[in-house]
Amino acid sequence: MSEHDHPHEHAQRDFQPDEEPTASALRAAAIEALLTEKGVVAREEVTRVVEATRAQTPQAGAAVVARAWSDPAYKERLKARPFEAIAELGYDIPIEAPQLYVVENSPAQRNVIVCTLCSCYPRALLGPPPDWYKSLAYRSRVVVEPRAVLREFGTVVPDDVEVKVWDSTADLRFLVIPERPAGTEGLGEDALAGLVTRDSMIGVSDALAPEGAEVRAG
Amino acid sequence: MSAAPDDRKPHDRGGWPTDEHVDTHDHAHLDWEWRTDALVRVLSAKGVISTDQMRRAIESLPLERYEASSYYERWSAALEALLVEKGLLAAAEVDARARGAA
Repeated sequence: MSEHDHPHEHAQRDFQPDEEPTASALRAAAIEALLTEKGVVAREEVTRVVEATRAQTPQAGAAVVARAWSDPAYKERLKARPFEAIAELGYDIPIEAPQLYVVENSPAQRNVIVCTLCSCYPRALLGPPPDWYKSLAYRSRVVVEPRAVLREFGTVVPDDVEVKVWDSTADLRFLVIPERPAGTEGLGEDALAGLVTRDSMIGVSDALAPEGAEVRAG
Repeated sequence: MSAAPDDRKPHDRGGWPTDEHVDTHDHAHLDWEWRTDALVRVLSAKGVISTDQMRRAIESLPLERYEASSYYERWSAALEALLVEKGLLAAAEVDARARGAA
């Protein structure tokens, strides 16, 4: 992209003052500025979406998993009709959202999600995907050597545990229900939700152990 | 640049041979990356572009460009190509604006 190397005095004002805009940043700013001038979009519309996206967290996903751990009937509803079950907790899934398929880990099987083609991800539940989910290395490898990839996340899967990898598309997304950690029998849903990490719902890690519990070896 | 297995397009990565490890750290997005993400969403919501059109534009990037680009560099390049194709932007005016000349 060296053909777009430009002097830095043309930095757009939305960049941090100490941050030198790259050629890519300048080009992206140029596209937005031109679309604004042509009346195709308004700057504030873009800013509002940025703010909404940055505010998204995996909290909805964690709440859904915590309810599924606490209520077996809810878990069945979640697996059978995910959007209806998610709406029960007051979360609004946009009407145009792609189909969702909920998969559950067990002592015999764990599930991992990927989008080998790009970055499809259950954003409505987990917020924006992490960089590594969109990386070429993850997308290439997790479908052929999931155990090796999970080890890079510090997750060691015993040989007798089956690993299922689910490849997302623009029309179908997945959510993993991780195994409920041991020692959480007395915990309420809020405390349980605090143990449900984004990575555990992608399937690359386990849910967190409750405070005071011995961290599971391995 | 890695060779494409069986004439695949550059986005079709499943099983694509690589020795690269997964960088499991989270990196903060830059402002322009958030804005590109949002711009695509706003344009989709307005019906100016569609998800499938964006997807096709990303998947049409040349292999070398695809692999050398970051995620949002791909998005930005694809969005620009799509908007040029639709006659909403001219590549030359983006060039000029990015240089600060217009």
